[in-house]
Amino acid sequence: MDSANRRLADVRIALVGVPNCGKTALFNRLTGSRQKVANYPGVTVERKEGQFRDRAGRHYSVLDLPGAYSLSPTTLDEAITRDVVLGRAHGEVPPDVIVCVADATHMPLSLRLVLEIKRLGYPMVVALNRSDLAKKRGFRLDVARLSAALGVPVIETVAIAPAGAQALIAGLAAFEGREAREARAPTPGDAICNLAPDRAETERNQHLVPQILEQAGYCEPLRTRAAARADAILMHPAAGMLALGIVLFFVFQAVFSWAAWPMDMIEAGVGAFGTWVAGVLPEGALRSLLVDGIIAGLGAVIVFLPQILILFFFILVLEDSGYLPRAAYLLDRLMGGVGLSGRAFIPLLSSFACAIPGIMAARTIPSVRDRIATIMIAPLMTCSARLPVYALLIAAFIPSRAVGPFNLQGLVLFALYAAGVLAALAVAWVMKRFLTKRTYHPLLLELPDYQWPDLRSLAVGLWERVRIFLRRVGGIILSLMIVLWFLSSYPAPPPGATGPAIEYSFAGMLGRALHVVFAPIGFNWQIAVALVPGLAAREVAVSALGTVYAMSATDSALESALLPVISSTWSVATGLSLLAWYVFAPQCLSTLAVVKRETQSWRYPLIMAGYLFALAYLASFITWRVVLAWSP
Amino acid sequence: MSAAASALPVPLTNLRRGARAIVQCVLDETPVIDDALHSTVGQRLIELGFVQGVEIEIVESMWPLGDPLAVRVRGSTFALRRREACAVMVTPAVTPV
Repeated sequence: MDSANRRLADVRIALVGVPNCGKTALFNRLTGSRQKVANYPGVTVERKEGQFRDRAGRHYSVLDLPGAYSLSPTTLDEAITRDVVLGRAHGEVPPDVIVCVADATHMPLSLRLVLEIKRLGYPMVVALNRSDLAKKRGFRLDVARLSAALGVPVIETVAIAPAGAQALIAGLAAFEGREAREARAPTPGDAICNLAPDRAETERNQHLVPQILEQAGYCEPLRTRAAARADAILMHPAAGMLALGIVLFFVFQAVFSWAAWPMDMIEAGVGAFGTWVAGVLPEGALRSLLVDGIIAGLGAVIVFLPQILILFFFILVLEDSGYLPRAAYLLDRLMGGVGLSGRAFIPLLSSFACAIPGIMAARTIPSVRDRIATIMIAPLMTCSARLPVYALLIAAFIPSRAVGPFNLQGLVLFALYAAGVLAALAVAWVMKRFLTKRTYHPLLLELPDYQWPDLRSLAVGLWERVRIFLRRVGGIILSLMIVLWFLSSYPAPPPGATGPAIEYSFAGMLGRALHVVFAPIGFNWQIAVALVPGLAAREVAVSALGTVYAMSATDSALESALLPVISSTWSVATGLSLLAWYVFAPQCLSTLAVVKRETQSWRYPLIMAGYLFALAYLASFITWRVVLAWSP
Repeated sequence: MSAAASALPVPLTNLRRGARAIVQCVLDETPVIDDALHSTVGQRLIELGFVQGVEIEIVESMWPLGDPLAVRVRGSTFALRRREACAVMVTPAVTPV
């Protein structure tokens, strides 16, 4: 498990602290990493490792651990922290120094954990984080006196400022490294106490906390008026629900209406580039590969970058604001009705970005049953890779006209997302009703302080998304497009053939074979071909359609844009049927692989693939039949 | 001992929105939080700060039955369901006049 780097480092430190105290921000600052930070408990659910060197050249290995209120874990992510700290984790060397990160805005909670860690006997230092925020709210604390009262060094670290990390690094120089510790005979202090404290000891520690704080001249940071007012509205049973609805609705409207002009620009750019390349190169296989295969395929996907960024902008802002756990609080009762915990809200919301981090975030759900239910419905949340498919089909088949103050296309997009959510609730309800016995599990969710999103980390977060997207486009999507181009070009049509070449190629044969399965739900053979590479990455289906149609163009005029082709050649029923398919669309191999890893069995990924396929087929069939019956 | 402090403890769930109270104890007959990890709600509530003598405030509670509710304890706010909140026994806080 452990990397060689960590084994060989001079000093191995571990960051431990209560959830949402800023451990990962400090980790990023120390190691120059860009791990995800956000304002809700349970962002980090895995151990993350990084390295740095101090000015003297000493090599440190840093372990960022999931937040834990105590060493008596209630969730899988807390259990990881306990196992590492108690030296129980398989193949993990215990840390040489523990950096216990204390949150100045939540001192009592943080200090209790410090006391619990301290009794383990590790060399340790307390990093006092977020004191800048706390001081604005009247927080006072004498660091030297706190250090004396605790008997361990306390160092102020404002994780978002470089100076804080420097002070911590300087403080760490005082600790002996791995070699020195291993060289000398173990002292009684090295014996690590292996037991989590019992209830009585926890209570004793809790009574010590205010005494220690008093010795350190502690003044509690006050709850701001603005925060109290915001809670009065956002957590109000009626006003809060209304606000939640407005927030979600606004996000989907924005995805459609704000993205229009950058999308037009990208589309025009890709089209012009394709025409230019076609003009420069001589007629032949290379021109076909570049123009029909690569430019048509990648262009079809890259157009959707603005929409994906707008969606992520809102997700990042919501994550940083501290609002998400409050939404979980509001929805707990409703979600309880279908057998989910309010805690499932955050994993499910991250699944709108991608189901994979969502499924991993389900580790923060204490009950095994609730966790499995959350994992099983996570793919029903419309992930950002499905956005290109929705956007393309909506633009092709839904007229852009105003409905009251809204755009009809935005409304349809919202409806598709809502359909996914409703289907998820229905599936959860079925699982609760028929499949598993439910035992009661508490909510116990911390509601963090509100916070303005940090512009720098917002920009970094968005840039990460751009990089991930472009890497996908340049990597997996590009390779699939090249493969697809070959399959669509060879074997070449026999002499005297009349139809477009693709109809005689491997792709054409595959499409016709699959067409048998998909004809009853209104898909043509081009769609059937496109669904296959869509298994690797959903948005590839759009690229694949781009390529398949570019290859099918019989006249010499190049169709660089996919949109006009499908809106003129597909029936509305086919378009809507494919939309319905993608609400459920089981085809994402990476999601199934993560489900296998997180549940450690083949059972759940197989059930998931089966039920999603069945639902997708059923939904498309109904849509196809209903639209056919209604349209002339 | 003031009259209020000697009042009989009541479950946290008896309080209305905005009310303040002093924790007296956390009852032990509470359900297990996690199937595999065997941690109890009582232990976790104590870790979060629900210990004797601490002042708590009901920040907000959800319709229709006040479930879940948001409780502020020692500067942190937690969402609890009624079922675990009723393990916390409190006496009404004496508001200084």
